[in-house]
Amino acid sequence: MCQTCGCGDERVVTVNLHERILKANDSAARHNREHFAAAGVLAINLMGSPGSGKTALIEATARALGSQGLKIAALSGDLATDHDGERLRAAGIPAATVTTGTACHLDADLVHRGLHEIAWQDRDVLFVENVGNLVCPAVYDLGQRANVVALAVTEGEDKPLKYPVMFRSADVVLLTKADLLPHLPDIRVQSFADALAKVMPQSRLLVISARNNQGMAEWLSWLDDRLAESRANSR
Amino acid sequence: MHEYSVVGALIEQVEAQARAHGAIAVRRVCVRIGELSGVDRELLATAYEVFRERTVCAQAALSIEPVSARWECRQCGRELSRQGMLRCVACGSPASLAQGDEILLTQIEMEVD
Repeated sequence: MCQTCGCGDERVVTVNLHERILKANDSAARHNREHFAAAGVLAINLMGSPGSGKTALIEATARALGSQGLKIAALSGDLATDHDGERLRAAGIPAATVTTGTACHLDADLVHRGLHEIAWQDRDVLFVENVGNLVCPAVYDLGQRANVVALAVTEGEDKPLKYPVMFRSADVVLLTKADLLPHLPDIRVQSFADALAKVMPQSRLLVISARNNQGMAEWLSWLDDRLAESRANSR
Repeated sequence: MHEYSVVGALIEQVEAQARAHGAIAVRRVCVRIGELSGVDRELLATAYEVFRERTVCAQAALSIEPVSARWECRQCGRELSRQGMLRCVACGSPASLAQGDEILLTQIEMEVD
């Protein structure tokens, strides 16, 4: 009988549920996570605005990790082009582009399909470069071990307050293009950190430049810790 | 605008429930959407209007229950101010979100034979 409107219509049944609407994505993400764990690959979901320096960060990270004998692969989400994939392949990184068409984010199923396009199992780290967007990507679990958000120094100190869902989801925020700071006298790193502390409970901000390698050591050390966790987990 | 893909997933779930219960029509779908879920309630309602045509939800009203964000201290459980730093004022531990990230299907009213 209808319980909600009290109409007494016996043909109406009310079913009470507690189901995540994105449960199909959750199970695809779980599947990806099992693949990553089985292969012992650290999967990073790299998010950020268009132009925040995500691709440059992957290139610089590949160079730095390469000198330690660590190898990476990358999947790039892009609405229309393969430009990021081309850039990454030119840098010697096995990379494929997942073209999303009109979709503003990657989901776990798209990532799973993208994994068939590259040799990633023998790598140490897989970067999933999400579609440039500070809103939608935060909602979808891809099966990653950690979320990294790139935020360029030119984007404005209040960005974390404007996009709290994205920054709450971050395990670390990279303040990119730090080489520009000397040209931006009104921008204070502390203001980014203060804004972040209001939306991210264990806020972690690393100031970094892919151009002059400032902050690269701290970033590599953060990645090393995640690699150690990931390897302990896949044993 | 990921609300379209959220609505797509919602309608698939409603279709599965309607099939399982042998429903001939769905009258109402109730969802719970948290303030920090990343889903915009107005956009969700708009996307639902667009997508429900010619689906099991064609005649079904959508009720959206909002859930406000609530932060608590992970250690001592104290509720924390929404505007401040996400650290406990008493013990300094990081906060955790007690509610406000829900994207849930909670109820379906359906018509059976």
